[in-house]
Amino acid sequence: MSEPVRREIPVTALKAKDFKTDQEVRWCPGCGDYAILAAVQGFMPELGVPKEDIVFVSGIGCSSRFPYYMNTYGMHSIHGRAPAIATGLASSRPDLSVWVVTGDGDALSIGGNHLMHALRRNANLKILLFDNRIYGLTKGQYSPTSEVGKITKSTPMGSLDSPFNPISLAIGAEASFVARTLDSDRKHLQGVLRAAAQHEGTALVQIYQNCNIFNDGAFELLKDADTRDDWTIRLEHGQPIRFGRDDVKAVVRDPATGSIRVEEHVAADDPRVVVHDAHNADPAYAFALSRLSGTDLRYTPMGVFRSVERPTYDRLLNDQLDQARAAAEPDLAGLLAGGDTWTVYQ
Amino acid sequence: MQKEVKRLDRVVIRFAGDSGDGMQLTGDRFTAETASFGNDLSTLPNFPAEIRAPAGTVLGVSSFQLHFADHDIMTPGDAPDVLVAMNPAALRANQGDLPAGATVIVNTDEFTTRSVAKAGYASNPLEDGSLSQFQVQAVPLTSTTVRALEEFDISKKDAERAKNMFALGLLSWMYNRTTESTITFLQEKFARKPEIAAANVAAFRAGYNYGDTTEAFAVSYEIAPAPLPAGTYRNISGNPALAYGLIAAAQRAGLELFLGAYPITPASDILHELAKHKRFGVRTFQAEDEIAGIGAALGASFGGGLGVTTSSGPGIALKSETIGLAVSLELPLVICDIQRGGPSTGLPTKTEQSDLLQALFGRNGEAPVPVVAAKSPSDCFYAAMEAVRIAVTYRTPVFLLSDGYLANGSEPWQVPSVDSLPTIEPGFIREPNGPDGTYLPYLRDAETLARPWAVPGTPGLEHRIGGIEKADRTGAISYDPDNHDFMVRTRQAKVDGIARSLPPLEVDDPTGDAKVLVLGWGSTYGPIGAACRRVRRAGLSVAQAHLRHLNPFPDDLGEILRRYDRVVVPEMNLGQLGMLLRAKYLVDVIGYNQVRGLPFRAAELAEVFKGVITDV
Ligand SMILES: Cc1ncc(C[n+]2csc(CCOP(=O)(O)OP(=O)(O)O)c2C)c(N)n1
Ligand code: SF4
Ligand SMILES: [Mg+2]
Repeated sequence: MSEPVRREIPVTALKAKDFKTDQEVRWCPGCGDYAILAAVQGFMPELGVPKEDIVFVSGIGCSSRFPYYMNTYGMHSIHGRAPAIATGLASSRPDLSVWVVTGDGDALSIGGNHLMHALRRNANLKILLFDNRIYGLTKGQYSPTSEVGKITKSTPMGSLDSPFNPISLAIGAEASFVARTLDSDRKHLQGVLRAAAQHEGTALVQIYQNCNIFNDGAFELLKDADTRDDWTIRLEHGQPIRFGRDDVKAVVRDPATGSIRVEEHVAADDPRVVVHDAHNADPAYAFALSRLSGTDLRYTPMGVFRSVERPTYDRLLNDQLDQARAAAEPDLAGLLAGGDTWTVYQ
Repeated sequence: MQKEVKRLDRVVIRFAGDSGDGMQLTGDRFTAETASFGNDLSTLPNFPAEIRAPAGTVLGVSSFQLHFADHDIMTPGDAPDVLVAMNPAALRANQGDLPAGATVIVNTDEFTTRSVAKAGYASNPLEDGSLSQFQVQAVPLTSTTVRALEEFDISKKDAERAKNMFALGLLSWMYNRTTESTITFLQEKFARKPEIAAANVAAFRAGYNYGDTTEAFAVSYEIAPAPLPAGTYRNISGNPALAYGLIAAAQRAGLELFLGAYPITPASDILHELAKHKRFGVRTFQAEDEIAGIGAALGASFGGGLGVTTSSGPGIALKSETIGLAVSLELPLVICDIQRGGPSTGLPTKTEQSDLLQALFGRNGEAPVPVVAAKSPSDCFYAAMEAVRIAVTYRTPVFLLSDGYLANGSEPWQVPSVDSLPTIEPGFIREPNGPDGTYLPYLRDAETLARPWAVPGTPGLEHRIGGIEKADRTGAISYDPDNHDFMVRTRQAKVDGIARSLPPLEVDDPTGDAKVLVLGWGSTYGPIGAACRRVRRAGLSVAQAHLRHLNPFPDDLGEILRRYDRVVVPEMNLGQLGMLLRAKYLVDVIGYNQVRGLPFRAAELAEVFKGVITDV
């Protein structure tokens, strides 16, 4: 039972449309969630898992309506608790492919504790965090990823508290897989989903998602053809981290301090250019990458920051069950009687 | 010298000392000796919430009371016949509970001026005559133990610590207990420290011999085995019984048990117990908090497991929202509330029954949850099985109520044969149940109103459920007013309908002419039963009934209540069941309520019942 059963089925057997449901999609027209839904449905056949073995669990928020639109098993649960619910499911059913869909409020405010513990525990979950930097469903309050000074209905003079960097948070919480992608870049999004799906353990995927009603254009810098190449740092494992028009920018390591930073006009053969290593055992590297960006998105690494192998909770738990069974057969009568019994005769 | 042996029919002994004196262990061992001897028994451990409360103070006193008899008994006893006081604080904390004539065995070594003052005595009670109404047996327990262990290569501190085994040996002599099981126990417990094991055994034997040879102990006592029904017995306390009930139910249902829990007194021992039994397919998950504990359990139930969560009042408060979700999802889930004194952190190690209304109503919206309560330590086993039966059959979260007294108290249990235990049918759905091969997750069983349970991995039954109101049959999101009204009423009707599966409520009215009914629930069963016996021995008639099901109530409850001139409802709360009965049946029940963190005393209840009976 401990070995996760991954049934091999022909990749061609299922189509994106097989993952659509008859439910009317109720997001606002133009919402970034549509693009993510289409990308996920398009990717699912590639997963090579029959529909009945896939489960989507979500919390509450616009993003958390997601499971209703996926023709798999699904649960739309309560605010912030999806990682906990999914942990129970994934660790008791290691044969399933379990996905969590959550928002920036759902995952990082009310559910922050569960997210943190899910990441360190490393059960086999894929967590898709739709980050629109706003509370969509409750009509536009600032969220734990909103920039300081955000003017919203609940913060008419500007928000006061500093946001989380979800990537830094995840790395600090011992995450074994951390990635970032963008709703509108379907190819990149699907590439990240692929990497997350192949990873054994908990994967956190932050997806920048446009809420065109309450926080429109939040990620425009990374989408606009005029600016995106200047500010997006594409991370590809094994590749030197160069970006910008004509690749003139690069992430370089200061040989004296060991710290990394972005530099412009870096020569093609500059030995200081960092070659991305997502499998680096030292989380300090991925953490440093995550700190290259501020909330203003000026320099935003995109792709897989960290992907390391670590034993998964579901596997370890089920191994303990196997060990216990191997040591002795379950004997209910023996359990009930225990060690010290006495007999009363008629 | 041949000493006199007197026969007694019952005795109540209380061991009391500092939290560090090992009184719980001493009590447990005496209980084990007594159980294997064949007496009926009932125990009441009582300890402070602090792990190491200040030594030598009344606050730090830990005690263990044991009632054993040659006939069947129902409570750990109102007042001790014998108190073993390991220090002045233990004497002071327990003196008020002693009836005149009680025997007090005191450890005189600890009655120094300083310790006497620390316990709060103005003068030494052993010298100022304040104990004159008791039979005081002054024993220098500590120094005698240390002297008996002189030849062992152990520290003075270790030698002093063995004084509880000396006391146990002395009491074992006094009550003619068998000693082999304790000796074996000590050898196993200290297997890795043979010198300590040998010293403890020696201390135990020294205590036994002290009784045998010291003139002050002129008499020993014999309490014959109780004529219990034929069978195999063991001693058991409520928490392991509850854990075994869950395992047995899961086995009888063919389900894998998943416990999601966060440690809390007095529920943690269920987590500890279940964690030992992985070979039964039991997964235990120590979550980051109570919300995650129940969430993970619910996730496991969605996956076709038996989700269980265990906690106490404060943790249950955190679980409320998820319980509401489970009501809406209509998935099996067992929520065990091992009640303790509240509100807030309250009295963590003491008992109370004050979460009944929380269990029934502690959620937003109309969110009915069946509630089952255990009535004695061993009954936790059967209550757990019943909770699982309801949860699985009706696809619903179920509350299982126990409390601190049941959790830690113990009694003999006739071990049931596995074949005699009920089987439970999970009845997973495997084929589409709707038109054109569709699956309708909220198409209900006509009799139980339960919805089908389709488990991930079943092809063709992929479906989505959630906490938003669902359309009847299809389970799709629905905000339709009439549908919501229908679904609210249907969920209520499903829970109400569980009553149809319940046996008639048993009423114990031996003379058949009682005008007063005493109705209880939960752990008050023992004290109420013992009080009713006293009333009957005094020549009066009284009827007793006890509720296993608090939601829904048995169908015949209203009719039974109306049969009597008066109904008395004793509860360890301010009248929670009483309020429900009045609201539902318009019967003017008489509450008798205490929230002292301790079980009721049978004698006191008997006086209350007599008062009501003579008043009719
Ligand atoms: C216990 C609880 N508190 C508050 C809410 C209200 N609520 C619903 S969604 C939400 C925030 C959603 O924000 P986010 O997670 O970012 O999701 P989005 O709508 O932006 O996708 C809040 C506060 C709730 N449903 N439950
Ligand atoms: S409010 Fe924003 S996030 Fe929610 S559906 Fe509308 S556009 Fe999307
Ligand atoms: Mg949001």
